[in-house]
Amino acid sequence: MTDISAPRPSITPATPFVSTAFHEPQPAPVATRGPILWARQHLFGSVPQVLLTLFGIWLLYVTVPPLIKFFLIDAVWTGTNRDACLAEKLGRPVGACWPFIWAKLDQLIYGFYPASERWRVNVVYWLGAILLLPLLIQSLPYKRLNAILFFGVYPVVAFVLLTGGNLDLQRFVLGWLGVDFSTIGGAQGLRIGFWIDYVLSTVLLTAIAYGISRFLAGPEGGRSAAQTTLSVLGVLAVVLLAVDIDTGLPQVETRLWGGLLVTLVIAVTGITVSLPFGILLALGRRSRLPLVKWLCIIFIEFWRGVPLITVLFFATYMLPLFLPGRFTIDGLLRALVGVALFASAYMAEVVRGGLQAIPKGQYEGAMAVGLRSGLMMRLVVLPQALKLVIPGIVNNFIGLFKDTTLVLIVSIFDLLGSMRAAFTDPNWASPTTLFTGFGFAGIIYFVFCFGMSRYSMALEKRLDRAHRH
Amino acid sequence: MSEVSPAAPPRPRGRRWSWTDPKLRSQVIQITVAVILLWLLWSFYSNAQSNLSRLGIASGFGFLDNRAGFAISQSLVPYNESMSYGRAFLVGLLNTLLVAFLGIILATLIGFLMGVARLSKNVVIKALASAYVEITRNLPPLFQIMFWYLAVLATLPGPRQSWGFGLQPLLGAIGSGLSSIGLGFLGGPLSTYAATLAAPGVFVNNRGLVVPRPIFEDGSMAILYALIAALILSFLLGRWAKKRREATGHFFPVFWTSLGLIIVLPLLASAAMGFPVGVEKPELRGFNFVGGLRVIPEFVSLLLALSIYTGGFIAEIVRSGILAVSKGQTEAAHSLGLRNGPTLRLVIIPQAMRVIVPPLTSQYLNLTKNSSLGVAVGYPDLFAVFAGTTLNQTGQAIEIIAIIMAVYLTISIVTSTIMGWYNKRVALVER
Amino acid sequence: MKRILLAAAGLLSLAGAVQAATLDDVKARGALNCGVTQGLPGFSSPNDKNEWSGLDVDFCRAIAAGIFNDPTKVKFTPLSAKDRFTALTSGAIDVLSRNTTWTMSRDTTLGFNFAGVMYYDGQGFLIRKSVGLKSAKELQEASICVQTGTSNELNVGDYFRANNMKYREVIAFATLDETVKAYESGRCDVFTSDKSQLAAVRLKLTNPADHVLLPETISKEPLGPLVRHGDDQWFDLVKWTYFALLNSEELGITQKNVDEMVKSENPDIKRLLGTDGKYGEGIGLTPDWVVRIIKATGNYGEIYDRNVGPATPLGIERGLNNLWTKGGIQYGPPVR
Repeated sequence: MTDISAPRPSITPATPFVSTAFHEPQPAPVATRGPILWARQHLFGSVPQVLLTLFGIWLLYVTVPPLIKFFLIDAVWTGTNRDACLAEKLGRPVGACWPFIWAKLDQLIYGFYPASERWRVNVVYWLGAILLLPLLIQSLPYKRLNAILFFGVYPVVAFVLLTGGNLDLQRFVLGWLGVDFSTIGGAQGLRIGFWIDYVLSTVLLTAIAYGISRFLAGPEGGRSAAQTTLSVLGVLAVVLLAVDIDTGLPQVETRLWGGLLVTLVIAVTGITVSLPFGILLALGRRSRLPLVKWLCIIFIEFWRGVPLITVLFFATYMLPLFLPGRFTIDGLLRALVGVALFASAYMAEVVRGGLQAIPKGQYEGAMAVGLRSGLMMRLVVLPQALKLVIPGIVNNFIGLFKDTTLVLIVSIFDLLGSMRAAFTDPNWASPTTLFTGFGFAGIIYFVFCFGMSRYSMALEKRLDRAHRH
Repeated sequence: MSEVSPAAPPRPRGRRWSWTDPKLRSQVIQITVAVILLWLLWSFYSNAQSNLSRLGIASGFGFLDNRAGFAISQSLVPYNESMSYGRAFLVGLLNTLLVAFLGIILATLIGFLMGVARLSKNVVIKALASAYVEITRNLPPLFQIMFWYLAVLATLPGPRQSWGFGLQPLLGAIGSGLSSIGLGFLGGPLSTYAATLAAPGVFVNNRGLVVPRPIFEDGSMAILYALIAALILSFLLGRWAKKRREATGHFFPVFWTSLGLIIVLPLLASAAMGFPVGVEKPELRGFNFVGGLRVIPEFVSLLLALSIYTGGFIAEIVRSGILAVSKGQTEAAHSLGLRNGPTLRLVIIPQAMRVIVPPLTSQYLNLTKNSSLGVAVGYPDLFAVFAGTTLNQTGQAIEIIAIIMAVYLTISIVTSTIMGWYNKRVALVER
Repeated sequence: MKRILLAAAGLLSLAGAVQAATLDDVKARGALNCGVTQGLPGFSSPNDKNEWSGLDVDFCRAIAAGIFNDPTKVKFTPLSAKDRFTALTSGAIDVLSRNTTWTMSRDTTLGFNFAGVMYYDGQGFLIRKSVGLKSAKELQEASICVQTGTSNELNVGDYFRANNMKYREVIAFATLDETVKAYESGRCDVFTSDKSQLAAVRLKLTNPADHVLLPETISKEPLGPLVRHGDDQWFDLVKWTYFALLNSEELGITQKNVDEMVKSENPDIKRLLGTDGKYGEGIGLTPDWVVRIIKATGNYGEIYDRNVGPATPLGIERGLNNLWTKGGIQYGPPVR
């Protein structure tokens, strides 16, 4: 920068017309600064711009005020049946019929869940929110504990609370192989026979794992295999104990569930299952073992190629045909499995995109420092790959959340299904009932999906910033 | 560097089998997987086999030749209830393809429009496009289909109170509008004049959209030939213009010339044959409009919902595709003297397409698969006709679900292949 | 390696386990899986607490009472007309009691056995009063709503063809609710279905008085419960539960007097109620199975009157569904 105020060398020093004093810069013309410039750039730059702006304003005018008028100003807020929402009866234009929603609210949130037991659903809702929120807020501590609570403990607690637990388990591994202890009775909803079976099976399985690994990998391998088996079965025992014990809660069958409860159960299960499964499938697709690779490719492409409702139809009405006679699976569980597998296949493709984006140097570096392939994936590749594809993962979650509505086609009543069922009630048939119902359900779906997408954007931004440091 | 490879380290004695031996490990894993898989498949097969034989249900695809006996509310090929299940399958398949095809076109148009609008400098347009994208992407497609069907189309007036579209109702409405604001001297004659005009040919009611049906008389084939000739000519013209542009740098207005050809040639042919195309206007008789072409509301709601829903996703894809093209490209194009339009058309879009095409493919596939949701509003697509009615009447569950899954898989493979081919064509050719 | 192969063989044999009898499955499960409608007043419909009631529901309760002595041990699976057969074929339900028309193809090639006719019905048309039609013969160029996967869907075409008429379109919906909604919104001119169903649907419309049934009955619709092929014992059980309901009405055994009737000296009653002979064992139950059934649900007449009879909102006279002794055609073979 040269100093402008310094006397400049002039070619013709005799010229008297050149001012030697420095003039402050003049403000720019009104039309090129401030709000006017902004308006010119963003609203009225040219004739087509003006037309577009006018068109936009007209569009806003014909949509926003009528919506506000419908949902708030003209809306009916109280009433006991359709008469409250009929324009003929009120003598004024009628907007949204909110008493219809109030009347059906319980059904929309709980389905047919028995009224005396609804506190259990509420506890599950609140517990989920209390555990989820701190997990989402980055600055709070104890993330690991929080994650274990939310992904490990919460599902079991929610399962016991919602169904009532007390599964009455009868056979474990030995029982199915013919050594049946299930006739031995028990207490507190637990069968002694099952647990004898469990302990014996655990001993047996651990021994088998030890034997095979020792044979294949020497004494150290044998010990570690035995430890792994034992700890897996130990955790499983705790889970089984929790779902098997008689908590004193009355059983509530899943066919009584409905509304938002079903929507959330399917969405949350799908989300928690699809991520690990998707990662496994994605890794499998990149496996060097041709059989594993091709199986994963076929699996992924099959699920991605067929519509979800054919899958749900198959799982709900045709699956028993392929299973042995006494083997029955709960109806909701069947739909859950269908949705989860479907979501896993989509998740696998997203994760694969992330894996492909990791430069080869990372793999080579990890191998160079002596990491085995499992550790390499866990410590080096996956953290980077998953971070890259967070938007894709969340988009999948959103898609999954929206896909929960499809269970309606196999007669499971989620939020949309319950709303649909509520429409058929002649007590509330009025010209505005439909719009009110769609408005209400739409707001709920929108809040969930929009919330998820905004959170992912914020997360992405933060990770991006962290990445640059 | 030495020519002689170093001798392999001797294996530790007594442990010929090592878990760390990758070859062995991979074989063990693969054999385990294969055994589990075969066992699962075999048990599925044997269970189904024993269940079916106990029921005494015949298996096989012979049922496709049997009489269907049910009616279908929309079919692109002649169909009535005395035709076979195979024919019903064809009708359902064509209905699925129809809604998917039109949906893809409409969704692409909406998506590109909205994607560009989201990047507009005009804040009002930008805000509207953003609102559109956020709302449509965050509401489930089934919700949107039901909304259009139950809350919008079902509230249209019945056939007798149909909304007519055409010159007559338009002038009539203007006339009465003028009269109502005190301009009766203008409005009155206009209304009178409107009444003398022919009745409108386009109607909208809760049974759908009715439009006049063209009747092709003898000689109509000439028009078709003219159209085909125009298309071929336009194609050749495009190739010639491209070649010339590359050789000389001169532009040729291919788009407008082609459009002219496509309009003028069939018109000329039609005139030469003495205008062989008549029109059959719909008429209200009894319950319904008789004659004319009808588009059923089930189709309209499905098409609207699918294209609006998918359009939101395509808009985002287009936006990120355009943003992915670096600003330097625009500046370089401008510095070469290209104006905004050609810059977008010749520089930005071709590069953006590379980013756009892969996700666009999966959106097209999603739209096709989502068309099966038409079953919720009674649209007779493949799933409704085949997995619904036909499965119910024949009981051939396994065969029918297998056919349906095979059809969707085929559609998805074919679409992926076509888009993959296109993607290869637009992909960056690097040295 | 040999041991692994042996274990694998064990697992394989598990997969191919021979299908157990339905009755044993039901007993092991502790509940009967019964397919019903998604909500049709009088036949099967849930209330606000998802408690089911109706003619078809009571029939399932009667079966459960016969097996478990507990009419509540039934799990109701609501099914649309189009999904019902797949659910029964696959084993998702044990018995389909969902106002299903007995037809030859369903009884043979689809792999089902009909246990009887709970309700003799026929197909009719529901139409708006304001249209002013007096007969189904005037339905030329009408738009018709029908539920997909029903015999009604097939009858419409035949009826129009036989009467040299043309319909404008037949729009088939996947569920009853969707069909009714479409009819009510004016998507079609008439709604066609079994007359009992039309009567029930009419009550669910916003203004029942605005709609009328046309007088024609265009088909025979014997509606009854059905089971899968391949398990004769289970078929017998369901069939004789139905006959037991009819015979009880014929012999005057009701929910109230069944305890006294057990002491009756009438040989027919003695055989039916199991005080003479062990006929119940022929279907895998105890001899007093009918006592349990009647205590739980009452006889056929009581079930009819409670759900669809003249005293209910549906208000349908017995007509054909009366006993053969009272001018109807309901007829139960003797227990002997």
